[in-house]
Amino acid sequence: MNNIHEFYDKMEKGNIMLSFKGEVTSDLLTSVLQIMESKMETLEEPPKIKKKVYNILVECLQNLYHHIEEDDKTTKANEKSALFMIRKEDDEYSIMTGNYMAQENVELMKSRLDRINGMDRDELKDYYKEVLNNGEMSAKGGGGLGMIDIARKSGKKLEYNFDPVDDQYSFFSLNVKVEK
Amino acid sequence: MEELKIEGSPKTPTIEFNPSTGYLLLRGRSIPENSIEFYKPLIDTLEAYNQNSQANTKVDVQLEYFNTSSSKCILDVFKKLEAINAGSSEVTINWYYEEDDEDMLEAGEDYQAIINVPFKMIEVEEQ
Repeated sequence: MNNIHEFYDKMEKGNIMLSFKGEVTSDLLTSVLQIMESKMETLEEPPKIKKKVYNILVECLQNLYHHIEEDDKTTKANEKSALFMIRKEDDEYSIMTGNYMAQENVELMKSRLDRINGMDRDELKDYYKEVLNNGEMSAKGGGGLGMIDIARKSGKKLEYNFDPVDDQYSFFSLNVKVEK
Repeated sequence: MEELKIEGSPKTPTIEFNPSTGYLLLRGRSIPENSIEFYKPLIDTLEAYNQNSQANTKVDVQLEYFNTSSSKCILDVFKKLEAINAGSSEVTINWYYEEDDEDMLEAGEDYQAIINVPFKMIEVEEQ
């Protein structure tokens, strides 16, 4: 039973406002976004910071949702599961997500993230407009804009990592920061 | 043509379009997981309206925020308005953003750069 206390202390010391591990469904997103919105309302931050955090959270969670949905049929049970956390520190917010990703998709994701991280503010703006106007629309409507939008709103480099799990999967971790 | 009215929800905006006055309102937030389905009635209505439009078409966009899934659909709405403007109606688009909300102002500027219809950026006080 001591483990639960350890978990609690870790989350408390890590300034975790909210965390969830499990299957990401549409209903879950609705609830989490409502909870976060009312939590944010009580915080003494300028509205523009609250909006930024909320916006990035929407994109990150919907990325998880779409990723899981698309891969639904071909994957193991645990692959459907994802993790997300929101952390509030003195000078910044972090939105962290983790999910399994099929190995064949890892290189493409890495190169997209590196491309985005190599761009400055103006380049990101141009890239966003280019993809918005010319990019193929996916069945879900996103079509590759999500990460560009997250990077633009965050104003920071996207921190990421891929941990190989086995031949088929890697675990993809993403940390998006918003400076206060 | 009938009026289009869609009531807002926690994930979708209020949409009102009156073809007999040529007035379109988009208000609230737009963060549905699948936005194509949500915006289809508006796109279809604007397509039909272009066959028989008013001399002036006024558009108020008062969005709090929108996800990237919506952003392509919103572009499609603006492309319909661009076609209407190139036809027999003069279209004006008012893009509202809350003061200090640079992200929303920038989003309006992004559309303005793509769409060949005059945009008016209107700053409003925080609610």
